[in-house]
Amino acid sequence: MTTDVADPAEAAGIAPAADSGFLQRYGVTIEYILIPGAALLGALGVFGIFVALFGKSPLDLYFYMYQGAFGTWFSWQNTLTRAAPLILTALCTALPAQLGMVIIGGEGALLIGALAATSAALAMPWAPPLVVQIAMVCAGMIGGGLWIMLAGGLRQYRGVNETISSLLLVYIALAILNHLVEGMMRDPASLNKPSTREIGAANMIGSIPGTDVHWGLVFGVMAAVASYILIYHTVFGFAARVAGGNIRAAKIVGLGVSKLILTICFLAGACAGLAGMVEVAAVQGRTNANLAAGYGFTGILVAFLARQNPLAVIPVAILLGGISASGGLLQRRLGLPDASVLVLQGIIFVFVLASDALYGRIGFLKGKS
Amino acid sequence: MDFSRISRRHLLQGSAALTLGTAFGARSAAAADTTIGFIYVGSRDDYGYNQAHAQGAAALKKMPGLKVVEEEKVPETDAVEKTIESMINLDGASLLFPTSFGYYNPHMIKMANKFPKLHFEHCGGLWSDKDPKNAGSYFGYIDEAQYISGIVAGYSTKSGKLGFVAAKPIPQVLRNINAFTLGAKLANPKATTQVIFTGDWSMPVKEAEATNSLIDQGVDVLTCHVDGPKTMVENAARRGAMVCGYHVNQSPLAPKAYLTGAEWNWEALYPKFVKMIAAGEAIPNFYRGGLKEEIVKCSPYGEAVSAEARKHADDIKAKLTAGTYTIFKGPIMDNKGKAVITAGTDRGQKDPELEKMDYLVEGVIGATS
Repeated sequence: MTTDVADPAEAAGIAPAADSGFLQRYGVTIEYILIPGAALLGALGVFGIFVALFGKSPLDLYFYMYQGAFGTWFSWQNTLTRAAPLILTALCTALPAQLGMVIIGGEGALLIGALAATSAALAMPWAPPLVVQIAMVCAGMIGGGLWIMLAGGLRQYRGVNETISSLLLVYIALAILNHLVEGMMRDPASLNKPSTREIGAANMIGSIPGTDVHWGLVFGVMAAVASYILIYHTVFGFAARVAGGNIRAAKIVGLGVSKLILTICFLAGACAGLAGMVEVAAVQGRTNANLAAGYGFTGILVAFLARQNPLAVIPVAILLGGISASGGLLQRRLGLPDASVLVLQGIIFVFVLASDALYGRIGFLKGKS
Repeated sequence: MDFSRISRRHLLQGSAALTLGTAFGARSAAAADTTIGFIYVGSRDDYGYNQAHAQGAAALKKMPGLKVVEEEKVPETDAVEKTIESMINLDGASLLFPTSFGYYNPHMIKMANKFPKLHFEHCGGLWSDKDPKNAGSYFGYIDEAQYISGIVAGYSTKSGKLGFVAAKPIPQVLRNINAFTLGAKLANPKATTQVIFTGDWSMPVKEAEATNSLIDQGVDVLTCHVDGPKTMVENAARRGAMVCGYHVNQSPLAPKAYLTGAEWNWEALYPKFVKMIAAGEAIPNFYRGGLKEEIVKCSPYGEAVSAEARKHADDIKAKLTAGTYTIFKGPIMDNKGKAVITAGTDRGQKDPELEKMDYLVEGVIGATS
């Protein structure tokens, strides 16, 4: 970088130019919006070329993507419905990431949360709906929380890599779910689709008034905001970030690293477990294999695209919700296969990861110092 | 007016339909309003369950004045509700075919209640009086075609050992295994069917393992009941075993090894449904049938099928088509030695007891749990 010779003089006496002060103050924030935004545009551009190779018009593509995801009120509801579980499952990856842990087992916590919530509802058929719902929330969060805490504990006390163990726990969770749903908890009337008994229409949590979007969206936004406050505005969060930055240093200054890891993992799993509870209480009404719809895995993508920032998880989840909402329209209008949506997700992922290298390197955003 | 229905493509199509309408007279212009939506749980070229439905959709595309929109790989969650709504709101669909079992309850029921003027036809569900009247469920007694496959397999096996790669021990699957085995025993009373359950509808790796392990145990004719028989058919053919197909005709995958197969005949049923609606007839809410009703069919015989086998199979096929033959005719023992259908009891194709089947007949090696 070339530095102006007049700079020191300026810095010493004369007030710096107004926009340079603005950049100094907000340059980093602008960077956080500009770089992912540019990465997204780049990805859309490449996807447009990809689609053009199949002989479809990229302009049609962008039009249908916009229409299918955000073009109408119905499209918005479609997008938000799909985003709702993603916010919660993304937090399952984003929270442990503050400690430097890569947890990719949100799907398992979601399934266990759903099972726990369903069990809670079925165990108390006599209780009024509100009590049942609160019990379901608690059971779902505790179930999911303990599940990821298991991965955290294995890492802290037995030295097992948490990425592998959390992924393997997904398959164990799925096996437990299938075993219970096809055995002990099976509703004898569910002949060709083994399921648990239904939790009952009265216990369903329904949609946000005036929309088709279920309450999972509100839970997700609340959890994301709470996580943000916890990580960036509390002593606990500060300790977690210190431990994430350098675990030895954290131990030397006397931070209880074990406690941090277990607590954060519990909270992360609780978010995914809550997503499972919402799937049962707002969508399916019971537990069966339909719950393993991959929300946990898409959540990993959301967390990484949001650079593990709990607040950024919200817009990114909406973006991916929009992409999957518009996927149907792309299939129907352009005759693209479903896999094209995965191609787009993949391109976005690569662009966003590659753009990581740009932070702090865009000269004009640095302001003058 | 619902603005969401107006899209660029729609306008183009509208004007195209208008031109066509003036060219060919009013008849086609009136019919051009019908848009039919198909939703698949997997990919529509899976050589299996979804492809069978896509073939039915393709038959509709050939009919004048119909527009078919399709979406594949839609999970059995609220995603399918949104896809249905999107097809209605953005494409103007008035008849919908959500084709996967898990779409039925609660998803399709919810949508049928929300759009009481539109038609919903579901494959495999069990419509009951409390379900909405604009919804229906249809399915085929494909065990009749499996019975024919069993006869052919019984003649073709040299070892007397048949293999069945199955997804889950649910009534529909058990009924196919039992019908296949009973058919094989007509041809070769000593024939046995070894069954392996993979645990889920689409598990290519486990299906390949099951195929190999069956062949290792001396099995020389295989069939299956999973969503995509491609894996089983290709692996078995590679190992030199013979196969009976399922869902659609898989003979292009293994022309030499393919004996026959149990196929859906949606390309006959769907045009029939559309014609019934156009004529103002009500489609029965609970619609079932077998070979006689042309809902299922058998693949053409492969070259390896002997003349004797063809003759016997054709004879039984003619009787089933005439409706004078009962497959589940007592006495039938299960493979634990218990009489499940007593002597003198005929369980015809429509017998509700058969929909609850939870046993494997004598001659099947394997267990339901």
